Amino acid sequence: METLCCDVAVIGGGPGGLAAAIAARERGAARVLVIERAEELGGILQQCIHNGFGLEALGEDLPGPAYAQRFMDRASAVGVEGLLDTMVLEVTPGRHILASNSRQGVVEVEAGAVVFSMGCRERTRGALAIPGTRPAGVFTAGTAQRLVNIEGFMPGRRFVVLGSGDIGMIMARRLTLEGAHVERVLEIMPYLSGLKRNLVQCLLDFDIPLQLKRTVSEIKGTNRVEAVVSSAVDEAMQPIPGTEETIPCDTLLLSVGLIPENELSRRLGIALDPVTGGPVVDEGMGTSLSGFFAAGNVVHVYDLVDWVTLAGEVAGRSAADYALGRRRPVQARLRTVAGENVRYVVPQWFDPNSLEEGPQQLQLRVRSPVEEKVKVVVSADGEEVVRKTERYVRPGEMITVRLTQDLAGRLRSAHELRVSVVKQ
Amino acid sequence: MTSNYDVIVIGGGVVGCLTARALSRYQLRILLLEREADVCSGTSKANTAIIHAGYDARPGSLKAALNVAGNRMYSQVCGELGVLFERNGTYVVALEDEDRHTLEELRERGRRNGVPGLSIISAEQMRKAEPLLSEQTRGALFAETGGIVDPFMMTIAAAENAVENGVELGLDTEVTGLELRQGRVVGVKTQRGVFAGNYVVNSAGLYSDWIMAMAGLGGFCIKPRKGEYYVLDREKSQVRQVLFPCPTPVSKGIVVTPTSHGNTLVGPNAVNTDLRDDVVVTRQGLEEVFEGAQRLVPSLDKRDVIAVFAGLRAAGSTGDFLIEAPREVPGLVSLAGIESPGFTAAPAIAERVVDLLRESGLALTPKRSFNPERHAAPRFAELSHRQQQELIERDPRYGRVVCRCEMVTEGEIVAAIHAPVPARTYDGLKRRTRLGAGRCQGGFDTPRVINILARELGVQRTGVSKRGKGSELLSRGTKDVEMAGTDEQRE
Repeated sequence: METLCCDVAVIGGGPGGLAAAIAARERGAARVLVIERAEELGGILQQCIHNGFGLEALGEDLPGPAYAQRFMDRASAVGVEGLLDTMVLEVTPGRHILASNSRQGVVEVEAGAVVFSMGCRERTRGALAIPGTRPAGVFTAGTAQRLVNIEGFMPGRRFVVLGSGDIGMIMARRLTLEGAHVERVLEIMPYLSGLKRNLVQCLLDFDIPLQLKRTVSEIKGTNRVEAVVSSAVDEAMQPIPGTEETIPCDTLLLSVGLIPENELSRRLGIALDPVTGGPVVDEGMGTSLSGFFAAGNVVHVYDLVDWVTLAGEVAGRSAADYALGRRRPVQARLRTVAGENVRYVVPQWFDPNSLEEGPQQLQLRVRSPVEEKVKVVVSADGEEVVRKTERYVRPGEMITVRLTQDLAGRLRSAHELRVSVVKQ
Repeated sequence: MTSNYDVIVIGGGVVGCLTARALSRYQLRILLLEREADVCSGTSKANTAIIHAGYDARPGSLKAALNVAGNRMYSQVCGELGVLFERNGTYVVALEDEDRHTLEELRERGRRNGVPGLSIISAEQMRKAEPLLSEQTRGALFAETGGIVDPFMMTIAAAENAVENGVELGLDTEVTGLELRQGRVVGVKTQRGVFAGNYVVNSAGLYSDWIMAMAGLGGFCIKPRKGEYYVLDREKSQVRQVLFPCPTPVSKGIVVTPTSHGNTLVGPNAVNTDLRDDVVVTRQGLEEVFEGAQRLVPSLDKRDVIAVFAGLRAAGSTGDFLIEAPREVPGLVSLAGIESPGFTAAPAIAERVVDLLRESGLALTPKRSFNPERHAAPRFAELSHRQQQELIERDPRYGRVVCRCEMVTEGEIVAAIHAPVPARTYDGLKRRTRLGAGRCQGGFDTPRVINILARELGVQRTGVSKRGKGSELLSRGTKDVEMAGTDEQRE
C-alpha cells in the first residue's frame, strides 16, 4: 500500500477545497494534497456553465468553469498537489486517510492537518417522501445539470421543477434554452428559496411561471413520469384537498434543498450543528476534533461561491498553522447564538483574540423574508456591539457581519454573541 | 416452436427462481419466463425481507408447514448462493398488558407449528436488546429462528445459480396463454412466440390466478393487498432488532426492522386494492405507517427517511397458499396465494414443486454437474483494505468508486452487467450492487452509471432505462434535433 505524507490534506477539490489548499500552501505548508473523486478539480463549478460567479471575490462575472480554472491555475502555480479520480474510504482521528483509485489501488495519506471540503448533496424525492409511483424521470436539479452540461443529454422533454432553489431556477432556464418545455416552478414556501436575481434572469425572462405555496402531492406514471399533481399547502405545509392540479409532464426536477455532506465527519464523531447540517466550527473553521478543519458548503450551504472561496482560505490558513504547530491556542470562546429571525450563525464558536489578527466575519441566514429596511444587531451578553442596516433580508441570501479589531477588548469578557434581525 | 422444454416456470420472483434452481439439479431442459426486464420485479422486491419463525400461521395450514420448513433451509440456501442472511431472531412486542395474552397464544401456536426456540421475555430484557423501543413495552415473544435476508439478492442469486446450472431465462417475456392439448398443458404462448413444454409451473405471483384461468381453472382469485414502507438512513437510525407489534387479524402489523444492509425499514400497512400494479404510495398510507412504527420506536424521525415504496401481497381468496397439480389439467403445477410468509417458505415451496412434478410423472434424474454454489462477484465495501488492494491490482475498475454512499465500484457494476442473469437496467444494478440505494438516492452515480451501462451493453445512452422499455432515463442528446412531429404530438 502506497503511503503519502503531507502537511495538509484537503478532501474535496471544489472551490472551498481549492481555496483552502492554495491558502495553506501560501501560509507555508510545504506539502498540500487535494484528494478529489472526480477526474478533474473544480467540483460542481465544472457543471455550472452559467455566469454570475466571482462578482464578490474577483470583481468579475465569470461562468463556473472559468471561476474554477482561476483557482486550479493558482493551485498548480503554488505547488498544490492533486490526487484525482480518488475516493476517500476512511479517515482516522489520527489523520490517516485511506483512499482508493484505479491507478494506485488503496492509498494511505498521513496528514498534519485535514480540511474537509466535501461540499453538499441534494435532498431527494425519497427524503421528501413524495407520494405516488416510482417511475423514471425524477431527477435532482444538480443531476440534471450534469446530464445536460457535462454529458450532453436531455433528461426529458416536458418539465416541472419543484423548489425554487438556485440550481432549479438555473436549470429551468438551461432546459428551455436546449429546447425543452418547463411547465412551471413550484415552491412550498410563501417566498423564493434561491436568489432574487435567478428569479429574474431564469424564470421571468423566460416566461416560466413560479407558483408559491404549492407542492407536488403525487407523482403519476408507470414506467416514465406522466404527470405530477400540484397542490396548495396550508400553514403546516400539508396539501389542501380540493386544490389539486394535474400537470402533464415527463420529468420532475427537484431543487428542494442542499445538505452538507458530512458522512466522514459523523463517523469521526465531529460535533455537527443540527440546523446547518455541518460541523460546529470556530472562527478559523476548526471543528471539534483537533486538526480537522472544514471549508465551504460542508459547513453550511452558501448562496455564492465567492463566500465559499473566502471561507476556504480561512480554513486553509488555520490548517497550515495547525500542521506547522503555529495555531494560536484557544484562550477564550464565545458561543454565537441565533436571535430573532435568525436561523443560524456561523461560526458557532468565536475566540475574540482572533480579532488581533484582523477583522472577522459572522455569517447568517434569516428565517423569513423582510422586504424593508432591517437592523442586524450583534450583542455580547445583551449589550449591542455591532449594528448594520440591510435594505431587505431573504432566507435565500446570506448576511455577513464584520467584527472589527477594536471589539477585541469588549468581547474578551463576554460569553455569548447573539445576532438578531429586527425591523427598523 | 422448435424447442421442447421439460419444464417451463412462469414468473421470476423468489418462488419461481428457487423452483427453477431446485429443478436444475436434474437432467431437464428448463425455461424460466419473466415478463419484466429483470427477475425480482414484483412482490419479491418490495416486502419486509424478514424470514419468519412460523408462529403466525394457523396450525395445519400449508403456510404453517412450509414456513417452518422454509425457515430451516435458509442458512444453507443463503450460504450456497452467497446471500446476506442473518438469523438474529425476531420479537413480537407487547405494548399493553392485554397483549401479553397474545404472546402466550402466539407461543402456543408456534409450538403446534413445530417452531423451535420461542420464549417470552420481560420488558427489561426486551429493552436491553433494543434500547430504542418504547417505554410502554410490557414484554415480548422472542423467536430465535427468525432473521433478515437481502430479498433482491436471494431472488437474483437463485436465478443466477439456476442459469449457471443450465436453466434458460426469458426476460421481457409475458405469458399470454397456455397451449393445451386434450386438456393437458403442452406449452405457453407469449408475446415472443410459443414455447413448448411438458410441464408448466405457475409461479406468476399477483397474476397466478390469470394463469389458472388460462388453464380453465376457476374459483381461485388473487386479492392484492398493498403495503407501504419507509427506508431510513443507516447512519441516523439504528434499530438493531426485528420488532413486530402484536398482530391483528389481517396483518402482522407495522414492523420496525433493520435490513440486511443496516438501514431501518418501517412498514407495511395493509390496504386492499383491485389493481395488480397499484404500487402507488399515498399520503394517508405513509402517515399510518409512521404512526404505527412510532408506537414501537418513538424516536423514529421522518427527517432520516431516504426512500418510500409500496409492494403488493399476492393474497389468495382461500387465505392459505395454494400449491397443487390439478387433476383437471395434467402438466400444470400452480403456486398461488403466496403472500407472507411466502418469502420464508420459498425454498420449501420449490422442493414441494419438485415432489409434485415427480408425482405427476416427470422423470427426475440427478445431474452430476449440478453446482449449488453461486459464483458471487466480490463486494468492495465488505473487503479489508488489503483485499481491496489485491482486487484493484487484478482489475483496476474496482478502484473507482461510482456510488459514494454505498461504496460501489465500477468493477462491481461491470460484473453485475455481465453476470449469468445480467443487470441491464439502473434498477437491476441497484438491487444487485446497492448503488443508488443510499442517502443521495443516485444523485451522484446516475450519470456515471448511464455511461457504464451504455458502454457495456453496447447501446446508445438514450437506450439506458430505469427498469426496461418505456422507462428510459434520457430523451435525446442536447444538440440532437427531434423529429418535428414529436413536439407536435407532445402537445
